[in-house]
Amino acid sequence: MRPILMKGHERPLTFLKYNRDGDLLFSCAKDHTPTVWFADNGERLGTYRGHNGAVWSCDVSRDSKRLITASADQTAKLWDVQKGAELFTFKFDSPAKSVDLGVGDKLVVITTDPFMGLPSAIHVKRISSDPSDQSDESVLTIKGPQGRINRAVWGPLNRTIVSAGEDAVVRIWDSETGKMLHESDKETGHKKTITSLAKSSDGSHFLTGSLDKSAKLWDIRSLELIKTYKTERPVNAVTLSPILDHVVLGGGQDASSVTTTDHRAGKFEAKFYHKILEEEIGGVKGHFGPINALAFNPDGKSFSSGGEDGYVRLHHFDQDYFNIRI
Amino acid sequence: MDECSSSQPTRPRWADDDDDNDDDLILPPRQVIGPDQDGIKKVIEHKLNDENKLVRITTTTRVRKVADARLSKRGVERRAWRKFGHAVNEEAAGAKLTVVSTEDILLERPLPYGSKREESKHQNEKEGTTLMICRSCGRKGNHWTAMCTYKDLSQPIESFSEQDVTSAKDGTKGTYVPPSLRRGAERSSGSDMKRRTEENSVRVTNLSEDTREADLNELCRAFGPVTRAYVATDHSTGMCRGFGFVNFLNREDAEKAIKVLNGYGYDNLILQVEWAAPRTNQI
Repeated sequence: MRPILMKGHERPLTFLKYNRDGDLLFSCAKDHTPTVWFADNGERLGTYRGHNGAVWSCDVSRDSKRLITASADQTAKLWDVQKGAELFTFKFDSPAKSVDLGVGDKLVVITTDPFMGLPSAIHVKRISSDPSDQSDESVLTIKGPQGRINRAVWGPLNRTIVSAGEDAVVRIWDSETGKMLHESDKETGHKKTITSLAKSSDGSHFLTGSLDKSAKLWDIRSLELIKTYKTERPVNAVTLSPILDHVVLGGGQDASSVTTTDHRAGKFEAKFYHKILEEEIGGVKGHFGPINALAFNPDGKSFSSGGEDGYVRLHHFDQDYFNIRI
Repeated sequence: MDECSSSQPTRPRWADDDDDNDDDLILPPRQVIGPDQDGIKKVIEHKLNDENKLVRITTTTRVRKVADARLSKRGVERRAWRKFGHAVNEEAAGAKLTVVSTEDILLERPLPYGSKREESKHQNEKEGTTLMICRSCGRKGNHWTAMCTYKDLSQPIESFSEQDVTSAKDGTKGTYVPPSLRRGAERSSGSDMKRRTEENSVRVTNLSEDTREADLNELCRAFGPVTRAYVATDHSTGMCRGFGFVNFLNREDAEKAIKVLNGYGYDNLILQVEWAAPRTNQI
């Protein structure tokens, strides 16, 4: 396949997200301006200007009308997708890390990092359909987990919130009461910071990637550990194919091996694994730096990866991909 | 002919024009020569550059179909949206931000455990690099005849494509890197090659007086290719001093020779065959 290279960001990519219809791709990077591209040919549609710090993640509503982004400038902003206009700003006391819109796009979960003595926290806010009616009020705030929470997503039917972070523990919280329902086992769970979390397209299971060079697949209701995928590199990004039993892991490089890096460029790869057999199917090379973001198009026919090199690479699969047999 | 000087009083007289007001010089219009059968599209624009000179910019692009895109109804609507933010001034070609990769990237299947996973062979063939065929061993690979040793085929077939040659060891572009230091270069070439075969050196003692190199060679050929046969001769008399050395191409052959020839009767003398002591570089 011939990937399409999009160099819209000057700084490393942090997050990629497709809209529900699969025709738009939103990219977030450390350069303060989230960008939206057409997902078929990689043409840039526009940028959202307004943030003052690295943008860590974003989410888009199902009708592709609203975009919400979380940034290190201690705000999360709500945007009009089409015009690029900033509709609302949620202010926090510490950098905001992860955002996820719940089913129905009426609730959003935003996590903030520990900062200046404040612990990390998970905030739930209500989104109103009329932006002028938008309030800053939190519906729920959960404090407590140690260390940074790198990702928090909604569980089935918005009843639960799943969080994962620096302390390598995955937790499931009740979204109404804020109580912790489940916690991953220290023995079988990750051993180092969990960098990424991605839900399956049906929302029944999710994948976490960690710096301990592995990724784990969990059941979203019981937090039972289902599968483990081992790699040789710390995992920075994970995603699941919506139509096939494939998971993709994107990795980085141990800080210790940086000076001994192979001088062959373009060798960072996104690794494909069979979800059930836990076997490696293959890798897609091309990035010049560690891969920080991965996303699958909801139609399953293409995927994109964002790297430390500032490039977004959009790949449309060849027919061979769909014929892979293990 | 009389001309009425007031025929068109409103038209500005050219002599009154101020030369300095020509900043809004009318530029020739933008031309688009649409995609032809190869998909090549040319866009010709004119601009004023920094020195206020008229510049023609011709952009040639190839329009190529990358993939099938099936858009939902809303997707089609979104396609028609106006650009915003930093993209406001961009034309349909997406400026220079979006580029289709010139390389074909494959989902590379992992090789079975144990086999070398080095530079993908396909990369080699795709770039149309020279495939070397060694004249002595007849195999495709990374060596020419001069240094033909079958053993060395296990070395990775480093692609000799331009990209590797220019990516010199220290990564500086444009500096000349001698072939021996290039990434694809065969290490331990030349002198080491000799030393290696000299490790398969066998010492033969108790040779009869009239033994010559040719005899030793003929004797040992049966065990395998012999790279070198040497018989110590006394220069004044021309007689063999009783010992000699044979270098085999392969170590196994040398082993076999030792096993068989040690104690073998040759020209009425019992041969003593053993591994040669390592050569000391003295004198």
